Amino acid sequence: MLKRLLSRLGASVVDSLWRLGFAARFFWAILTHSGTALVRFNLTIREVFFSGVMSLVIILVSGLFVGLVLGLQGYDTLQRYGSSEALGILVALSLVRELGPVVAALLFASRAGSSITAEVGIMKASEQLKAMDMMAVNPIARVVAPRFWGGVISMPLLAALFSAMGIFGGWLIGVQFIGVDDGAFWSQMQASVDFRTDVLNGVIKSVVFGIAVSFIAVFEGFDATPTAEGVSAAITRTVVTSALAILALDFVLTSFMFRGL
Amino acid sequence: MPAVTSESLVEIRDLHFAYDADRPILSGINMRFPRGKVVAIMGGSGCGKTTLLNLIGGQLRPSSGEVRVDGREVAAMDEAELYALRRRMGMLFQFGALFTDMSVFDNVAFPIREHTDLPESLVADLVAMKLQAVGLRGAARLAPRELSGGMARRVALARAVALDPMLVMYDEPFTGLDPISLGIIGQLIRKLTDALGATSIMVTHDIQESLQIVDYIYFMSNGRVVAEGTPDQIRNSTDPFVHQFVHAEADGPVPFHYPAPPIASLLEPRRA
Repeated sequence: MLKRLLSRLGASVVDSLWRLGFAARFFWAILTHSGTALVRFNLTIREVFFSGVMSLVIILVSGLFVGLVLGLQGYDTLQRYGSSEALGILVALSLVRELGPVVAALLFASRAGSSITAEVGIMKASEQLKAMDMMAVNPIARVVAPRFWGGVISMPLLAALFSAMGIFGGWLIGVQFIGVDDGAFWSQMQASVDFRTDVLNGVIKSVVFGIAVSFIAVFEGFDATPTAEGVSAAITRTVVTSALAILALDFVLTSFMFRGL
Repeated sequence: MPAVTSESLVEIRDLHFAYDADRPILSGINMRFPRGKVVAIMGGSGCGKTTLLNLIGGQLRPSSGEVRVDGREVAAMDEAELYALRRRMGMLFQFGALFTDMSVFDNVAFPIREHTDLPESLVADLVAMKLQAVGLRGAARLAPRELSGGMARRVALARAVALDPMLVMYDEPFTGLDPISLGIIGQLIRKLTDALGATSIMVTHDIQESLQIVDYIYFMSNGRVVAEGTPDQIRNSTDPFVHQFVHAEADGPVPFHYPAPPIASLLEPRRA
């Protein structure tokens, strides 16, 4: 009984380690086979279109709503201390440092990451990857690497657009609707948002999230069991693992960037 | 490339293969595939036929023994050499494996565009010729999802021979086709092999169609070659396995029943 339990535990540990090792080798393979994706850049551009441009609607609309809510909630808190002019700072800092990269990455994982996993997984299940390999075209170079780099390029741009749209939403609700002073809103924001510590750190976060989400998406697709259930399980894993990875990485990155002590 | 031109394009010597040691897939296979011939590998489902194709294409490595293609051992090649070899191979997959995000034209053009720097007008001419050969030049602009099973198989065939390969492998080319499409694919395999001077290896369990178009047949069962011969020899074979296969009998050397204790044992009174 105990022996069986131990051996099951051991098997699952060995299994996870094996998978982790495979993931590491796969990541290395993507990097070493990125030549095609960079030389024939139109392959990557195509993926930027599919994962980036096609995510624009959800990113822009969500950004706007997050901004609107931030405007309302932020005003409600700030006006208690009589500093409602600081609304611009609150909205901009929350978005640029945290909400922009994190929420955009979560949306990106569920919108683009899941579709990348589905596409690669179905290509595997229908033997398209194998056929490509037999035609002497490396599927990691031709299919995986362009999708990976397409995601890595798209993610920071989407996060930036999300933040911009959120700030617009905060301005709309705070200045246009509630009546916070327009000049104070923008000038306080301009004075308090630092390019290096706030904007650049946010961009670094979104780049890291982009690498994480894109890698998880292509890996789960490539590693999927080649059946309908296998692909569906892989898509679920992409969304769940990405979400956890984004939030965990966000904590790690934030602690490195933290200067408050 | 070595100039060794033996009469066999592909030679398999004492080939063993297993995913794990206690469950061998192939044990001691010897086969020869002469240049310019169509050779069929037949046998029931799960007897290791497809594994054999993967070994010839270098997607798997043998546990022991060797596979030689054009005089060179496949397992000893590095990635670059393997890809160089695969450029001269075509493979038709069971359900075609067409790229679903490309039109029929782009599917057939794919290997040409990936491996040559030909101008687009020349690519278009080559693709038109290949599609004409399989009778689907008019379908060039269709998407794979708009094709019937038989048409998809023909497009995949055109793609497999796009670079005029020396060796074409077919994995179950007849599966799931109506009799007309099946006959068309059979004829095309024969015609294209002769026109290209290529060598064809066909893995299948469709005995009647194969007997009409192939030059030689190997029968496999449980990872071994159990019979071989020309279609005439096979038709007249007295080997019980071949007889069962050719006449599609349910029981014989390949048993109908999965191993189980005799049914009578169920009727015996159970001992407490």
